[in-house]
Amino acid sequence: MRDTEVATVEQLDSWLENFTESAKGASGQNLARLKRLREDAFARFCEVGFPTTHDEDWRFTNVSGIARTAFQPASDVKLAPGDTAAWRVDDAAATLVFVNGRFCAELSELDFVPKGVTVASLRERIASHPEEVERHLGRYADTQRDAFVALNTAFISDGAYVHVARGVVVEAPIYLLYLSTKEDAPTMTHPRNLIVAEDEAQVAVIEDYASVGGESVVLSNAVTELIAGENTVTQHYLIEREHLKAFNLSTLRIEQGRSANVASHSVLLGGGLVRNNVHPVLAGEGGECLINGLFLGTGSQHLDNYMHVEHAAPHCGSRQFYNGILDEHAHGVFHGRIVVHKIAQKTDAKQTNRNLLLSDDAQIDTKPQLEIYADDVKCTHGATIGQIEDNALFYLQSRGISELEARKLLLMAFAEECVERMQSTVARAHIQRLISEHLLFAEGIAPQDGTLGRVEERVVEEVG
Amino acid sequence: MSLLEIRNLHVSVGGNEILKGIDLTVNAGEVHSIMGPNGSGKSTLAQVLARRDAYEVTKGSILFEGKDLLEMKPEEAACEGVFLAFQYPVEIPGIGNTYFLRSALNAQRKYRGEDEMDAMDFLPMFREKLKLLEMDDKLLNRSLNEGFSGGEKKRNEILQMAVLEPKLAILDETDSGLDIDALRIVAQGVNSLRSPERAMVVVTHYQRLLNYIVPDFVHVLVDGRIVRSGGKELALELEEKGYSWTEHEPVGARA
Repeated sequence: MRDTEVATVEQLDSWLENFTESAKGASGQNLARLKRLREDAFARFCEVGFPTTHDEDWRFTNVSGIARTAFQPASDVKLAPGDTAAWRVDDAAATLVFVNGRFCAELSELDFVPKGVTVASLRERIASHPEEVERHLGRYADTQRDAFVALNTAFISDGAYVHVARGVVVEAPIYLLYLSTKEDAPTMTHPRNLIVAEDEAQVAVIEDYASVGGESVVLSNAVTELIAGENTVTQHYLIEREHLKAFNLSTLRIEQGRSANVASHSVLLGGGLVRNNVHPVLAGEGGECLINGLFLGTGSQHLDNYMHVEHAAPHCGSRQFYNGILDEHAHGVFHGRIVVHKIAQKTDAKQTNRNLLLSDDAQIDTKPQLEIYADDVKCTHGATIGQIEDNALFYLQSRGISELEARKLLLMAFAEECVERMQSTVARAHIQRLISEHLLFAEGIAPQDGTLGRVEERVVEEVG
Repeated sequence: MSLLEIRNLHVSVGGNEILKGIDLTVNAGEVHSIMGPNGSGKSTLAQVLARRDAYEVTKGSILFEGKDLLEMKPEEAACEGVFLAFQYPVEIPGIGNTYFLRSALNAQRKYRGEDEMDAMDFLPMFREKLKLLEMDDKLLNRSLNEGFSGGEKKRNEILQMAVLEPKLAILDETDSGLDIDALRIVAQGVNSLRSPERAMVVVTHYQRLLNYIVPDFVHVLVDGRIVRSGGKELALELEEKGYSWTEHEPVGARA
């Protein structure tokens, strides 16, 4: 799209200024590799600019709203513990809170981190243990393929660092909360997370994106590299529940070792324009990957799920299950790409996308894309689009349950298919509560508290 | 006052008239059987009584305990005491059997101004009813009708009826597709719920069920009209002569 290209160039000065400013304050600028990583990424971003809908990977999602906007770095805001109490997850092994992209020690809870586990701000860890961070940081997320990953890498500043030593089992999940605040001008953050599970470790990490204190245009462009060593069991949860003026892009790049078992769970509830990239590479034999997601859109929300599952070793299995519920003018996307490399014989890859459209104006684009270079593999995909079944609704009502309650039960049941796959009871309870509240709100039962109000103008243009 | 009074009921679906003037009076304590060939309108009548809105009532009235049933939504009819055992119970993955039934019971109790029942009180009662229908405890944890066999689904309908204790139970072909053991269990469940306060309308295609659930009245529905009414012996006569017998002899049937 010409428009977008022009817009990118127009904002280049602003990006350059931001980049220079960011580089000045960033930690690890004394590290040659990290410095180059940032510079190369920025160069790459300048070269390609923002993607357009002519780009196959972005066919259904128009980011010109981001390209046109001159984002400033988000300001350094201090929140009192009371301001964030409502957002917390009880029973987490550790909690890291980031406000406008900056680690906030006062709001975080690191007193009970189990033995063998490191949970820290990436910024601090780069300063204190550069060699440990450099072993993995930026080695997996692909700045060449994705301009937003390039942008994030150029602006690496802070985020979460989680390291689990060999054989250590972390029972409770590690909770990462990213809060954006209301500002006068459009602001951006580029959270960068590094999660390393050494061989035979087990850990679950929750990334939760939320807004406090009202709405303003914010861009959250997060990248998480998750390195799952041999025979590890790891779970990653992404929750997006920002207000509707938020642009939220996230990339989860998973590198799986031999017999590693990884589960990625995404729950998209908020955000005006959301792009959720999940890119596991099954690089060792016998790996298993579950990619499970739920997206609930209403108003003019645009929720794009881009899965890119790479089978790069034999005898691996991947299962993708994404359920979408779209109401009003919401637009959902499920793009499920499976690449089976030549070496990856006996691959068993499955993909299912189920959608409920609750209004005539809601839209879903679902696209499977299989690239298979091996000859002994099993790949299946399927997508369904439906409405709430009258039969089911009548059945529930005929037992005395009100229509509104029956609808909610059916939507919860549809969502529950995804929730049931979440292994961590703590994460599941948290997510169940959020979904339940969200559906109450969507059905107009709960009072509007302003945190999730309707967008006045559509931030996303219709895509053909 | 009768429990249920249907007067000159005409019902259409998509412009086609299915019921062409039904009159039926059901008193508390009575068991009525409605028999008829396929397409005669039996299930339509059952669904209209449960207030399915896909059917258009063009003429006539239905009073339930003197109240206008046609003004009620399905959930209101249910809360007033109308229960339909579905011919084809719906599978709903993701909603647990127990949770669903407790929600339904509590919705009804709330409607009647009674206290809601917590899980502690509900479960023992629920287990008792499961035993009555010789159903496995495992059903407690399964999704509503999901993966149930035909017989399990029908039993689950009667289980729901046993828990909800309606004033008027309508059984829509609850016998179809059941083997003799399942039929016996279902009938036993239904019979245990017979009481002077409760009426039942048993819709069936076959006489077989009526060996187990003996009706007080039998009505023959053909082409949207009740063409014959009588006692339980009418069912036997039908079994012997077939429905064509009634079609050839339209008489001034009244319920």
